[in-house]
Amino acid sequence: MTGIEKSFPGVRALDGVSLDVRAGEVHALVGENGAGKSTLMKILAGAHIADGGSIAVDGVPVTMSGPKDAERLGIGMIYQEFNLVPDLGVIENIVLGIEPVRGWLLDRAAAGERARAILGDLGIRLPLDRPARRLSVAEQQLTEIAKALVRHARLIVMDEPTAALTDRETDALFALIAKLKAQGVAFVYISHRLEELPRIADRITVIRDGKAIETRPIAEMPQAEMVRLMVGRPLDAQFPALPPVASDAPVRLAVRDLRAAVNVNGVSFEVRAGEIVGLAGLVGAGRTETVRAIAGADVPTGGEIAVDGRVVRVSGPRSAIEAGIALITEDRKAQGLVLGMNVRENTTLAHLADYSRGPFIDHAAELAITTTEIAELRIRTPSSEQTVRNLSGGNQQKVVLAKWMTGDARVFLFDEPTRGVDVGAKAEIYALMLQLLARGAGIVMVSSELPEVLGMAHRVLVVRAGTIVAEFARDDATPARVIAAAAGVAA
Amino acid sequence: MNRPIVRIALAIVAFVVLVIVVNAFTGGDFLTAGNLTNVLRQITYNAILAVGQTFVIITAGIDLSVGSLIELTGVVMAQFANASGLSGPLLVLVTTLVGIAVGGGAGLINALPVVRLNLPPFITTLAMMLMARGLAFHLANGRPVPLNSDAFTTLGTGYALHDLLAPLGLPGIPWVVTVMIAVVVVFAIVLNRTRFGRYVLAIGGNEEAARLAGVNVALVKTLVYVISGACAGLAGMLLMARFQSGSPNTGIGSELQSIAAVVVGGTSLMGGRGSIVATFFGALLIGVLNNVMNLIGIDSYTQDIVLGAVILLAVMAEEIRKRVFAK
Repeated sequence: MTGIEKSFPGVRALDGVSLDVRAGEVHALVGENGAGKSTLMKILAGAHIADGGSIAVDGVPVTMSGPKDAERLGIGMIYQEFNLVPDLGVIENIVLGIEPVRGWLLDRAAAGERARAILGDLGIRLPLDRPARRLSVAEQQLTEIAKALVRHARLIVMDEPTAALTDRETDALFALIAKLKAQGVAFVYISHRLEELPRIADRITVIRDGKAIETRPIAEMPQAEMVRLMVGRPLDAQFPALPPVASDAPVRLAVRDLRAAVNVNGVSFEVRAGEIVGLAGLVGAGRTETVRAIAGADVPTGGEIAVDGRVVRVSGPRSAIEAGIALITEDRKAQGLVLGMNVRENTTLAHLADYSRGPFIDHAAELAITTTEIAELRIRTPSSEQTVRNLSGGNQQKVVLAKWMTGDARVFLFDEPTRGVDVGAKAEIYALMLQLLARGAGIVMVSSELPEVLGMAHRVLVVRAGTIVAEFARDDATPARVIAAAAGVAA
Repeated sequence: MNRPIVRIALAIVAFVVLVIVVNAFTGGDFLTAGNLTNVLRQITYNAILAVGQTFVIITAGIDLSVGSLIELTGVVMAQFANASGLSGPLLVLVTTLVGIAVGGGAGLINALPVVRLNLPPFITTLAMMLMARGLAFHLANGRPVPLNSDAFTTLGTGYALHDLLAPLGLPGIPWVVTVMIAVVVVFAIVLNRTRFGRYVLAIGGNEEAARLAGVNVALVKTLVYVISGACAGLAGMLLMARFQSGSPNTGIGSELQSIAAVVVGGTSLMGGRGSIVATFFGALLIGVLNNVMNLIGIDSYTQDIVLGAVILLAVMAEEIRKRVFAK
């Protein structure tokens, strides 16, 4: 790709970006949200048409007028949100759109053979008849890869492939990538997880503000340098210093023997004012389910929840909110925001009664609080009336935070607070958590990023099979110990 | 260009141009006070149904029962009025409340399986459509129930502001039209200015996000169907007042007319956004079209073809407009 340009109204998304990917290479592409990575890849996949520049495959200039062209040229795209048909099985998804036929009828046997051949080559096993909606994230991803290969993809673009994978699944994915590399397949690998790039990538290109800033072999680009190039300014230490918890700090949240229908089997812990408690564990261990039960997103089936010493009967989100509990969910698009509403409407949604007179909404009060929050959280938006769908991931996350900071919550439950958020916004979200602590809040943080749990929590609790199996003070929490406890093996 | 005020202004300009063209077509018959009054009177029932329907559709639901509920409430009200022994304005008031209660109660029955068992509203309201129509025929023994009172005559056929407008050679504004305007204004305020209205929009936009923000989703969704049923009760009362009887077969197809008005007004069937005022204009557009085709003398079969085409074109135009401005 040479000199690619693309503009949207008011935004110059790509400003002469060039990128080359060699056969059998994994080329990492990093940059903050909104830097232009996704736009560039969508142009490569034929989903957007470039305003300028050229694309050549195997040295031959090509024109792209749609996704079909990309497919024909052997370019496969695996988006972060998968493109599988939920009710079709693995085989049907793999051959979707290129189904073998006999006359007018589908040739099921041939379809199964093809899918099995591809999966066999890759050495992976999938439940072939299971509908995609019942596959794990990792299985869906493998299906996507098989889908690309069955179309003879020689270049595969992967957007945040490990964001929702466990460490073991990540290892398996990397092994698979290495295998395909050896067969000459090239990869463009987009990730926010900078620490995994040296394991998988050969070269790296940093994109910032719609320009390719630098391309180097990965060995010559230490992580600190990546971050510096991405943000364009040196970043303070990745995690801010946590102020110590006062020895006489009151207990904000006490959970005793909490149980819920799925994956919460007797969880007990306490969080004090000014304290961050990190919940570590594998995906599916019950961390998300635990915080959801505390917040009433799923109604607990047993146990006790107390805020400031008072027992709260959590019968749904409303009762938890009234008790001062705020849940910042892991999936902001599906659970945190009404994407079609604007910043103001989202900010006040959880505490609308505070900005109303009787049944009527007090527009001026609403506007005032939103303006304050936009300034305080440094939400980058043209105005309070901007539809949140049009904001970047980091700014959307800040709107979610604004929604919960407007109330008088004293217990904040963060579920994957920085997933899919760029480096700059991450630092701002951490700073905000410190602000909440200074106000006397207690924080529970669920995170699959081990450095985050270790760097941003006073205490680390390890969850496995719906119970807490280990607790580490900040100084004792080493990656090896936490991982061992999470996996249930001796350290 | 996407600001509501601009859209409404554009709609009004388009409307004025349309009116002028249409008037020329009808040789001047269209733009007469009498005819315009007639158009407004004819759209009253559909506009009121469509107001309730708008709330339902914003939550990504649908209410197919409103046509039958016009009939059921009409029959129940006519029988109640005949048996009550009341008279005058008190009779009108109490009877209206009965109609609204019956309609609202039917809405409640529509809503419960939707919010409790997560059944599709298409099914629950389809079932109600059949049951309410059957019940109306049953209660009325298959014939219209004539009103034995003239208390409703003024409301159904009379005019407000008669004395004020008489010197201008106008009969006044039909009472039914004033009721419609009141309904539109009140519910436009409810949707745009109240917490309830905000919650309706939030649920349509992202039900799970609304629930986790503490919104009582089940209550809000229930109320939406109750409102739709109550609007059907009110429309049923006005229809009964106009024809001096409650009839079990006047509402056939009304539910689809009301959905058409909502959609032509630009409310998305996917939920999350919509406007009461726009719905009113949707109903008005359909009403004007019917009226003009009558004036020109187009037969009713052709009218249906034209109406269907206009609905399709209106929605396509809205979609294209959205895409152009989204770029």
